[in-house]
Order: sequence, then C-alpha cells, then structure tokens
Amino acid sequence: MSVLVNAETRVLVQGITGHQGTVHTRQMQLFGTQVVAGVTPGKGGTSVEGVPVYDAVADAVAATGANATVIFVPAPYAKDALLEAVDSGLRLAVVVTEHIPFHDMLTMYHYARAHGARIIGPNCPGIAAPGQAKVGIIPNVVFRPGRVGIISRSGTLTYEIVNGIKEVGLGQSTCIGLGGDPVVGTSFVDALPLFDADPDTDLIVLVGEIGGTAEEEAAEFVKAHLSKPVVAYVAGRSAPPGKRMGHAGAIIARGRGTAESKLTALREAGAEVATFPYEIPGLVAARLKELRHR
Amino acid sequence: MVKLAEWRGKEIFRSYGVPLPKGTVVRSADEAVSAAAQGAVPLPCVVKAQVLSGGRGKGGAVRFAATVEELRAAASAILGLDFKGEKVRELLLEEKLPIARELYVSITLDRSARLPVLMVSASGGVEIESVADTAILRQWVHPFAGLTNFEKRAAAKTLGLTGPAARSLDGLLDKLWRLFLNEDAELVEVNPLALVGEGVLALDAKVIIEDDASFRHPQYAEVRDDRTELEEIAREKEIAFVQLDGNIGVIANGAGLTMATLDVLQQFGGRPGVFLDLGGTDDPKKVTEAFRLMARARPAAVFLNIFGGVTRCDTVATGLVEAMRDMPSTERFPLVARIRGNNEEEGIAILREAGVTSMRDLKESAQAAIAAAGGRA
Repeated sequence: MSVLVNAETRVLVQGITGHQGTVHTRQMQLFGTQVVAGVTPGKGGTSVEGVPVYDAVADAVAATGANATVIFVPAPYAKDALLEAVDSGLRLAVVVTEHIPFHDMLTMYHYARAHGARIIGPNCPGIAAPGQAKVGIIPNVVFRPGRVGIISRSGTLTYEIVNGIKEVGLGQSTCIGLGGDPVVGTSFVDALPLFDADPDTDLIVLVGEIGGTAEEEAAEFVKAHLSKPVVAYVAGRSAPPGKRMGHAGAIIARGRGTAESKLTALREAGAEVATFPYEIPGLVAARLKELRHR
Repeated sequence: MVKLAEWRGKEIFRSYGVPLPKGTVVRSADEAVSAAAQGAVPLPCVVKAQVLSGGRGKGGAVRFAATVEELRAAASAILGLDFKGEKVRELLLEEKLPIARELYVSITLDRSARLPVLMVSASGGVEIESVADTAILRQWVHPFAGLTNFEKRAAAKTLGLTGPAARSLDGLLDKLWRLFLNEDAELVEVNPLALVGEGVLALDAKVIIEDDASFRHPQYAEVRDDRTELEEIAREKEIAFVQLDGNIGVIANGAGLTMATLDVLQQFGGRPGVFLDLGGTDDPKKVTEAFRLMARARPAAVFLNIFGGVTRCDTVATGLVEAMRDMPSTERFPLVARIRGNNEEEGIAILREAGVTSMRDLKESAQAAIAAAGGRA
C-alpha cells in the first residue's frame, strides 16, 4: 500500500508536449510509473516518449483508462485544464503549474470538491511512492522504498529532506508536496489521515513554512486524531513580517502564521520539532528505533 | 502583490461606481491651490498623503484646510514628508463631509476556509486589528453563488443600517464584490466607510491586486509603489528577490530551501541582506542571471545553496564558474557554495578548482559564509 498512488495508477500528462511536460514524462517513466496518455489541444495523434497524445482529456481517458492527471499547463490555461480533467471523470489531479491566480484556484478547488475529486497543489512537486508510482516532478534520485511518510509545503527543501532520509539508510512510503500557494487543494489536515491509515507508513515527517495557519491546524489534528509519531520542521523563523518570502503563501501578516506559533503548536501536539532541516533524518531514525524496541 | 495607493484604489472604485467624496490628486502646493480655485475640490477639504503605510491621521499625514491659505500650508507641510520610510509625492484633496458614522467593510481571502470572506464592523475608522472579534461580522462567500442578498442583509444589520442607508450599502457591496473578482484583488478594504445623510461612501480605499493575475491585468504592471528598483528587475526575470537589512546575499532554489538557509545563517549570527529564490529551477542560465542581480545589491558575501534535482550538480557548478568568470572584477563578491544532490562530488570539485569555497554541510557552509562577510563564526 501507499498513499493516493500505487502501481495501478495510470497517469495522464496535461501539457505533455511542453518542455516540462516532456522532461517529467520521461522522469516518471524512469521511476516506474505507468504514463498512459498525454493531452495537448491541437497535438492529438502525436506521441511523446512513446506516450500517445490526445486533443481532449475525455478521449484520453476513454482510450487509455487513465485514472490520475498531472498538469503542466501554463497558468492562464491551468484552470480550464483542471476543470476538463474533473469533468472527464478523473479524481486525482496534481497541479505542478505555478503562478495560478488564487481566484482561479478557488473555482478549481470548489469544482473538484463538488465532484469528489482531489487536487494536489498548485505550485507543487506532486506525489511519489517509491516502487509504486510518481505523479509530479520530485527528483527520482532522492527516493528509496521505506516506511517514512513525508508531507511538505516546500519543493526543493522537500527533496533535500527526502534525500537526507535516504542517506541515513531509511526510505519513504509516500511523499506529498502540497505546494506553497495561499489556496491548496490538499492541506496537512487533508493529508495526515491518509498517512495515518496507510499500513506502510510508520512515521510522518511534516515540513511547514511560515504564513497561513495550516501548521497550527495540523497540530490540532495531530493532537486529536493521529496515532503515528510526527517529526516536524518549519522554515522561515528569520523572516521579517510583511515580506513575501518567495512562496505566495509565505508571508507573515498581522502577526499570524509566524514560525514560533507553528513550532509551539506542533510541539504541544507531541510532535518532535527539528530546529534545522538537517536534523530531521537523525530524529526520524531515533524515533523509528524507539518504536521497534517497544 | 500590487498594493495600490489610496488615489489609485479610488480610481478603480470610481470605475465600478462606488460612491466617493469629491476630490482630486495633486503633486505640489500650487496645484493644490489651483485645484481649489477651479472647484475640483470644495473647501473645507481634507489633505491626505498618498503613502502605503497606515496610521496617516496620527502621523500628521492627514490635515484639514478651511481656506486657500490653510490648504497651501497643509500641502507644503505634507509633501516631501518622510512617512515611515516613504516619501510623500502625491496628495489627495477631498471635500470634508458631515459624517454621521464611520464603518468598516472589506473582502479578502480566507486561506483556511478556501473562500472569500466579507468582513463588516460598526467600529470603523480605527485599525481593524484593534477591533474586538465579536464586533466583526464574517460572511464566507461561495465563489459559485457570489455575494447573496441574505449576506448583504446580515451586513446591514451588523452595521445598524436600515431603509435607504441599507439599500445604499447593498449597492456598494455588490460593486466591491465585482471589483474583488474582476480585478483579481487579494484585498478590497474601505475603512472608514462613512454614513453621510442616508447614503454610504468610501472615505478610504485599500486595494491589493494579485501579481499572478497580471496576465489578465497588464495595467497594474506599471504600478510599482511598493517595490525597490532591484525587486522590480527581479520580478521581470521571474526571480523572487527580497531586500533585507543584513549584508549576506542568499541564493537558493525553492522558497522553502531559501527560507531554511536564512534561518541557519541567522542562527549562527549572520545577517541575511538579500533573499533570492530561483524557484524550483537549478538551470545554470538562471543562476547566472541571479548572480548579476545579486552583484547590484552589493553584498559583503554570497551564500549559494542549491539542491540539484533534475539538473546535475556538475552542470550547475560549471555554469556558476562561467558566470563568475564573466563578471567584471568590480562586481565580484566572496562566494560560499553548498551544492547537494545529483553528482554533488563532481560539482564540489569543479567549484573548488575555481577557488570557490564549497562544501556539503549546511551548518559549516553557513559559518563559512558569515566569516567571508566579515562577521563572526
């Protein structure tokens, strides 16, 4: 088992003929993912990396039985791409595209929700379960099958942490990058129960950032519902209020969303909190060892 | 994020038909006097500094003028003022109205609810942060339904408005909602919203437009009220660039990694001066552009922290060495690089050969960057 994706996942790539779409189609294939179709309106009938390209999502789904999509479509067209995917019956969509206006994302989120579909992202690295499937852009080299689950709002920082876990001889069950935008399809609170229910995950690493209150809400959930141990890290302790730190979501506004409030909430919820990202693998290894000796 | 000055916000308000006091924008005391003479603003009037920071009233950046002499004096006093780091270049002159009550209205995004939220309070004219939570009505507006009549009725009730005043509010809320959607606003705030006679009108306007929607609103790209020159160049190159108070420049790929790098530097006594996030990319070309931009910020040292994902570390390192070589000697800065990921050993070797301090460990490399900037550690 794994979370949200597995060896049966049949991936559709929207925007497959673009540079990113093509590069990451190859990377997903190398990871062992079944990439069954691509969609670029106007490019139907061609192929990319041996994957057939269709003009419309409905056609691709009918022909190939795709059951998940990854969207690389440029921001001005990303909303339409997502609505088309949901309308065509897809229930898992990873939106890699960055700079999607949040007004568009509100429509995307509520449309998906009304149809029982899940969005990961936008502006996210996606989801990967080593030995199963990858839907997104997380570098293949950082992975190794194992029992640590990772949920993160960051991109590159996630790769670094996943890699660190591999370097101490451990591996990952599933890693989800939620994305750094103000409105995300899947938040910590949405993802935590999936990992808690996954028999292949022993421990959850939660990587947060300043801005918003997603980590505080995650802490409440951990305290009230979670059965598995959590190791947490929050980036942005040194960020000044009011400055946007790269991610649109990473801004401290009106004293809300500071690293301090997040770290305190997580600590009080029983999570082990790392001061620096490079401490995470050690904390994870120690905690897993403890679990085994119990 | 494009924060608009009050007068720009009011221009948008006007185009949506939001009721406003009569007024005009001036840039000198002479212009102010002739505006009054030509009737563009009736006396007595309010003279307001056009700055983005709040607290103008208390800070002496808003004055009243009953006569032409007072208007000239007020305009001269406020123009050129340094208000919380912003120089006052524009004044908004507006008629002084018989205000019965000052109210508060805003529409913004509630990230946790993933819904727009309409907030109203009968306690307007003060910072909303200082108003008790119980005195604020929050109405979450579903994007598919839009702002509904029952939500507007609840707002009128909270504000204590009935009859014609409630109808006036109803129309204003519709216009603000349309503005929020159509202009891709992050925030539309009216504080105070004034009750004058039996109608409401916007005494102030705070509008923030979302950057990511600029493909739909090219007109806002011209507005750079709240960015430094370098931040503006970076925006054009799609590099996240934020100027801070310290002397160490930080270049990393990904917002989370960049923030984590700043955290580590600060923990060991370093003072980050520039935050430069390449985004998810480790593309050598973008690294070169970032270098050029960084040089213009004149850092004492630069700390580069790259995780090589799809691109290999040796490719990034080669690009880096070329970028350093191409730079005029006057623009060069001490560089400490930490490159991790794909082919990292090769990457580190290439950098060391070119004389760049390079290591794998984040803590050690942060300390080396602090030392290179002349700090302790």
